[in-house]
Amino acid sequence: MVPVPPTHRIRTTLIAALVVFFSSFEGSATDRFITVASTTSTRNSGLYNHILPLFTEATGVTARVVAVGTGQAIRLAKAGDADVLFVHHRPSEEAFVRKGFGVKRYDVMYNDFVIVGPKADPAGAAKQNAAAAALTAIAKANWPFTSRGDDSGTHKKEMRLWRAAGVNTAKSAGEWYRETGSGMGATLNTASAMNAYALTDRATWLKFANKGELTIVNEGDKSLFNPYGVILVNPKKHPHTKVKNGQAFINWLISDAGQRAIAAYEINGQQAFFPNVKAAN
Amino acid sequence: MNDISDAFAAAFAMVAGFDKDLAEIVGLSLEVSLSAVFIAAVIGLPLGAATALFRFPGRKVIIVLLNAFMGLPPVVVGLIVYLLLSRAGPFGVLGLLFTPTAMIIAQVILVTPIIASLTRQVIEDLWREYEEQMRSLGAGPVRSLTALLWDARFSLLTAILAGFGRASAEVGAVMIVGGNIDHATRVMTTAIALEVSRGDLALALGLGLILLVLSTCVNGAAFLIRDAAQKRHA
Repeated sequence: MVPVPPTHRIRTTLIAALVVFFSSFEGSATDRFITVASTTSTRNSGLYNHILPLFTEATGVTARVVAVGTGQAIRLAKAGDADVLFVHHRPSEEAFVRKGFGVKRYDVMYNDFVIVGPKADPAGAAKQNAAAAALTAIAKANWPFTSRGDDSGTHKKEMRLWRAAGVNTAKSAGEWYRETGSGMGATLNTASAMNAYALTDRATWLKFANKGELTIVNEGDKSLFNPYGVILVNPKKHPHTKVKNGQAFINWLISDAGQRAIAAYEINGQQAFFPNVKAAN
Repeated sequence: MNDISDAFAAAFAMVAGFDKDLAEIVGLSLEVSLSAVFIAAVIGLPLGAATALFRFPGRKVIIVLLNAFMGLPPVVVGLIVYLLLSRAGPFGVLGLLFTPTAMIIAQVILVTPIIASLTRQVIEDLWREYEEQMRSLGAGPVRSLTALLWDARFSLLTAILAGFGRASAEVGAVMIVGGNIDHATRVMTTAIALEVSRGDLALALGLGLILLVLSTCVNGAAFLIRDAAQKRHA
């Protein structure tokens, strides 16, 4: 006959274990925190590791950043899953506010996009001044170009540049034009492995460690301007939005202290983001 | 292949330096995965045993579904849990999205079918052996079920470890419902994905090595417990 379990002892142990497991979560739940839907570029560049501790020190509020593509970040904010939206695609941000999802858009900072590619530059993209002309050259050369293809701010910018270049990338999808459908880092890893061209924000590029044979081949064109905006999610749409602490985050970002903190962040001795509150707001 | 030797160096430096962030990430990984496996075992063991012992309408459908759900793609489970827990979803008011609790919920869904299916197989085999004996002793269904689960406990440990393997290794579900938030919901697998996206392949692989060691430790501990218990009962 099989032995009968000592049920009571097991039950007591199980309940004790459950209590320990769940009580361990309480600590973080009671802290003052906000959720920020943001982009991979700001996270991957290391900016948040630099400025968030300063923000917490100044206000006592913790900012929890969910870093995804701009398109997905906007969807998170629309669903009410974040208190603050901090992204980089101005037309989408303005539409977000116009449709009542956000309270107001504030300029925070900018940097720029760069076109990276093989050092040998087989398409001659470096010879072109305009970014769109550089893309035309890549398309003409049929040299591999890796695209995010994920509705992120960078992808939206890239599509705009292709339209300006008069190239229909959909026709070449799977040939020289490769959509990775993933984040900036994954796309750069792919570009590095295929020795392909790609569009990336400068901060991610500066921090990216797996550059391989790639280098910046085209930069400085006005069309590569990359502004970041911050928006409080509208409490009229989502009453649970943490208005006070969310606005405290925005106020700090656009304050002198916040702007100085952004300007002070460097990657390998180069400034990654340029504060621009005074210029615009 | 410098990345591979660099990975060992990175892993060693992190462990030797008692990296505080690493300790936090490891702690949360274990907390989430062990909680999920614990809850999945509480559900899966009786569920698997019940489908083995009892004949009821829809039993075969449940068996097939449990077997099929062993292969649930984590990213799909993550998406479903996300939609349920989002503020726009039915359980949004609970505010659980981007918390460790949300990650545990997703992993419970991933792990329960594995534990239940493997339990069903083990108990079914055992039941064939003991059925007549138990019936002749007049053991009721609930008594038979608990007795069989207890008798098979050493084999069922393997089912639970298979569940733990699934939970500790998956990245798709915890990434979506946890959000990979620094100091809040970052675990080993999402930290590895982050380092890959930063192009720091050596650090990513270093974290992977530490995860492997952790997983080996958990399995080693389970082996020792089982070994000791078996000797005591021999």
